[in-house]
Amino acid sequence: MTHRPDIRFLLNGADISLKDVKADATLLDYLRLERRLTGSKEGCAEGDCGACTVLVGRLVKGVLQYETVNACIRFLASLDGCHVVTIEHLRGENGGLHPIQQAMVDFHGSQCGFCTPGFVMSLYALWMANPEPSETEVETSIQGNLCRCTGYQPIVAAAMAANRYGSPARDFLELERANLTQRLADLKDAKRVVIGPADNQAIVPADVDDLASVLNDNPNATIVAGSTDVGLWVTKFMRPIGPAVFISHLEELKSVTLTDTALELGACVTYSEAQGSICEVFPHLKSYWDRIAGWQVRNMGTIGGNIANGSPIGDTPPVLIALGAQIVLRKGETQRSLPLEDFFVEYGKQDRAPGEFVTSILIPRPREGQLHAAYKISKRRDEDISSVAAGFSVTVADGRITDCRLAFGGMAGTPKRAEKAEAALRGQPFNQASFQAAAQALGADFTPLSDWRASADYRLTVARNLLKRFYLSHDETTGEPVDLMSA
Amino acid sequence: MKHDVIQHAKPAISGGVHKDRRHDSAEKHVTGRADYCDDIAEPQGTLHAYLGVSSVAHGRIKAMDLAAVKAAPGVVGVLTVQDIPGHNDISPTGKHDEPVFPTEKTEFHGQPLFAVVAESRDAARRAAELAKIDYDVLPHALDPIAAQDAGYPLITDPLKLERGDIAPAFETAENRIKGRIAIGGQDHMYLEGQIAFAIPGEDDDVAVHCSTQHPSEAQHMVAHVLGVPSNAVTVNVRRMGGGFGGKESQMNLFCVVAAMAAKKWNRPVKIRPDRDQDMTATGKRHDFVVDYDVAFDNDGRIQAVDGVFAARCGYSSDLSGPVTDRALFHADNAYFYPHVRLQSRPMKTNTVSNTAFRGFGGPQGVVAAERIIEEIAYALGKDPLAIRKANFYGDRDDGRCLTPYHQEVEDNILPRLIGELESSSEYQARREAILQFNARSSILKRGIALTPVKFGISFTATWYNQAGALIHIYNDGSIHLNHGGTEMGQGLNTKVAQVVADAFQVDFERIKITKTTTEKVPNTSATAASSGTDLNGMAALNAAEQLKERLTAFAAETYGVAQEDVTFANNMVQAGSELIPFNDLVRQAYMARVHLSAAGFYKTPKIHWDRAAGKGRPFYYYSYGAACSEVVVDTLTGEYRIERTDILHDVGKSLNPILDKGQVEGAFIQGMGWLTTEELWWDYAGRLRTHAPSTYKIPLASDRPRVFNVNLADWSENKERTVKRSKAVGEPPFMLGISVFEALSMAVASVADYRECPRLDAPATPERVLMAVERLKNRE
Repeated sequence: MTHRPDIRFLLNGADISLKDVKADATLLDYLRLERRLTGSKEGCAEGDCGACTVLVGRLVKGVLQYETVNACIRFLASLDGCHVVTIEHLRGENGGLHPIQQAMVDFHGSQCGFCTPGFVMSLYALWMANPEPSETEVETSIQGNLCRCTGYQPIVAAAMAANRYGSPARDFLELERANLTQRLADLKDAKRVVIGPADNQAIVPADVDDLASVLNDNPNATIVAGSTDVGLWVTKFMRPIGPAVFISHLEELKSVTLTDTALELGACVTYSEAQGSICEVFPHLKSYWDRIAGWQVRNMGTIGGNIANGSPIGDTPPVLIALGAQIVLRKGETQRSLPLEDFFVEYGKQDRAPGEFVTSILIPRPREGQLHAAYKISKRRDEDISSVAAGFSVTVADGRITDCRLAFGGMAGTPKRAEKAEAALRGQPFNQASFQAAAQALGADFTPLSDWRASADYRLTVARNLLKRFYLSHDETTGEPVDLMSA
Repeated sequence: MKHDVIQHAKPAISGGVHKDRRHDSAEKHVTGRADYCDDIAEPQGTLHAYLGVSSVAHGRIKAMDLAAVKAAPGVVGVLTVQDIPGHNDISPTGKHDEPVFPTEKTEFHGQPLFAVVAESRDAARRAAELAKIDYDVLPHALDPIAAQDAGYPLITDPLKLERGDIAPAFETAENRIKGRIAIGGQDHMYLEGQIAFAIPGEDDDVAVHCSTQHPSEAQHMVAHVLGVPSNAVTVNVRRMGGGFGGKESQMNLFCVVAAMAAKKWNRPVKIRPDRDQDMTATGKRHDFVVDYDVAFDNDGRIQAVDGVFAARCGYSSDLSGPVTDRALFHADNAYFYPHVRLQSRPMKTNTVSNTAFRGFGGPQGVVAAERIIEEIAYALGKDPLAIRKANFYGDRDDGRCLTPYHQEVEDNILPRLIGELESSSEYQARREAILQFNARSSILKRGIALTPVKFGISFTATWYNQAGALIHIYNDGSIHLNHGGTEMGQGLNTKVAQVVADAFQVDFERIKITKTTTEKVPNTSATAASSGTDLNGMAALNAAEQLKERLTAFAAETYGVAQEDVTFANNMVQAGSELIPFNDLVRQAYMARVHLSAAGFYKTPKIHWDRAAGKGRPFYYYSYGAACSEVVVDTLTGEYRIERTDILHDVGKSLNPILDKGQVEGAFIQGMGWLTTEELWWDYAGRLRTHAPSTYKIPLASDRPRVFNVNLADWSENKERTVKRSKAVGEPPFMLGISVFEALSMAVASVADYRECPRLDAPATPERVLMAVERLKNRE
């Protein structure tokens, strides 16, 4: 196979080809330092403040779609074939302010102004996708944007009014859609890109088979999917990541398949892409899903990455383990699958061989008699890392618990099932006493750590109380709201 | 925005005072064209500096091996204490206790020890990690209690405020409660971090672009450290991406490092720490531990208060003296204490030196006052609002108007303000409904609280209460406005330009607001203490009035009328029956050689303060406000949601109601964040582990109250002769966030039937709330 020696993308109106891109080069540094597009700001360099928010457009089954991303943790090499839109490119119909910008001005949505370009980009993406949002939808769209001055009220007001300032149908990107789509399609050549210096090389495989072969040759390469974690290795810890293999564009890893028995999510399906089907099949995940990171990170971060990194506080493993998910891995031509909980060996160690990669997650569909719940406890409600996350699946037949899976994050060195608590429930009647016994048993399952997110005491107390909540919310005699969402 | 300076007569000028006017940079903000320091085009040859920091909280530095740092790719050199040409000191109060780089000991984890200068920021940042530093590790104390236990000294002179005689009052009191509250600190989390960019000039000259609230101090620090006169140093600030007090003294270090490097290598040098280093190496809001003792009668009237306020000041004094002083100045909040003794304990600790933050110690004092109110209410089984009302300041007639620092409260508008808010928020009915809800709801509990704030306006360092401004009128009629204040988002430039537009009766667009620079207005005060508009608005008005006088005299003479018959209105000047466009008059005045530039000056009248005696009038006036917040708490997890907040706030006769409202809303949310999710957490080694937005959680849009009604008390007018009778707005509404803290407390108290004050410490994270719930339940 011939390799292509450059990455090619569109930046605002320009066609870009870069021949010298290091694996760890970020989009934000490129924009600010090399292009002097200084409208995108660096507030945190860890994807948590949103001041660097830009849009990335890409062809999804031939259709051009734009998403917000954090330029600070987005690697330049991952943009091959994409359209990057920064604040500098925005304009209104007559060349003046864009409708979102005008709304922000009129509603006094800026004070110091440093976070403002990022907010404008997030609200722009929201308006394109959903021109008449509810207040909650606005809040969800700016979970990844921090403002320290305004208290957000005027920003939310501007977002709610944006559609009065202009219609997405008349937006400049929409008017150029055909042209942009063609230009992006022309960039696709099904070639592997290999670029950058030997010690900091970026490899963009052509397809999933090519990925398997790249990893065969470079078994210790850093696999970069959404870069919402690996991005921080670079920006915060200055860790070398080369050679790095960028996989987020691989169509074969982005499929979402619903069969009679299971929902299969490709490893590179982002949280945003998974949201529709996962919340349809598993309605109990709806509010949980909205609380995973912020919008930009949900647009970048992948299900496979969230699992493969082995974090004890990743949001998806506890709920997926509770649902009985299987993980599918591939090395060369060989595939294997195993129960998700078995993938997590110990803190920092997963059952993944060098050169092996995650291809998909298989989640069995809900079965008759199963009760599900997902809980996330964090210091701040949105865009925070869990102190405790929990997924419960409890099968009840004739008032008796026939099976159960209770999985927790933040309680041990890995996402882990509470085996003793499960044992305390299994075979018992579905009543308060059984759940009290299970809550008691949690103390034998877990010895959590104290850190800046939560103390060990709090973690254990909350984990126990979540079992109580699970019981109360499925007990029809309770007769009162038992969580904040129903308050 | 229109830039044409030729205007025609209009019915009224645009952008005058007491009118909504959008931020003058709003269009630049939304388009990304507002330049912050890091956006300035770098001259060829620009170098980048980065700080190397200590990895122990307290230790003697045995050896510092920087060979690997110097040898790293792209490195030009290092700056150590040996490179300091002048004084190794950046203490903002002249105590000489804050070195640029320490010589013998490191006194907190993350303390800057040296700087490395390289061709790129990335190279400098990577190289800084390569230092090999050998320490003799010494025992450390991180918090004020540990510091007291370890016999650490006070970092600066404590303050005592005393009035009356507390001892007999305590002896005879019907009730007495002693308690303790721990109040956490707060990181500023300005979205734009610290940054300085120095460009060397000829001779000793250096120009520094930076993001500071206090350009004159940065100028003096750079001069002091370089060992050159202040006239060699120019400091420029176009705008900051947020300040909140965090860029008052904390920018000094970055300015001096950039300036030293610029002079040493004769190249432009920029320094910008990453967010982690920004948060670990620069100071924050002081955490306090307050021990209180209160005597009160059976009606809940306070008879005596004895309070000791211990603060985590960090390793050096920085601004801890005035910050801990202000905590005492506000430990009465809005309440009259017949007998009182308040003492500060500014403790030295092995943590970063704490500094200014919106409210400047005041909020911690107010939280303590509100805790005392709560204690009384729960002890007597009454509504805390009733206790508040029973203890409000009165007036001269009832003898209940003297503060613990012997200043009379002369302008108390709280009774009216509270009454209006109590009614508009339907406090009583909602409290009743909440009590009923809590009685039947076992998992979810609600709470409501209506809390007041009274905040003293003026720098307590009396000499800071001065300001300068410079106005030029060019001969085309365009106006150049400069003043000593800095723009950090608060809209100061907009408001000051409104004052000038009003004075000349010309359109706002005619006025060009320029960057703050020490070259134009010297010896300025920090833009701090909510005083930016009060001081600089008056200085600009003074300059405008001088120019108006000259133009008036000129017009009177030219058109043969009395000076009283010359008036400015609608971009015109009326001289008798002649109506002359402003531009034309300016042109005529120029041709007649009238001086069209004026420097304005202002100093706040009436104030004086004798710190040793603890007596005086430190504040020119007070600002007032109140908030009513309702929360719902999940007693299984400690999570909560703010259901509704109603605010009524006093800004006097507002210069710009929409900007003032923005300040009130933003301050409330920031105050709420301080008391709820913003938690600073140090590990056993003294490392701050909440040092970036991933670990330090400021409020998001979804944390806003579900219903948020914010109003200004539009009937209020400053009794004192401030600029257009307005009042300061920056800090006072920060304390409205306390209503959320108190509402959470009520929700928690409900689990023990309100018989006990839950004594929540701040911040009331979900963890603290749940643990308080569990504690109270277990006592049942």
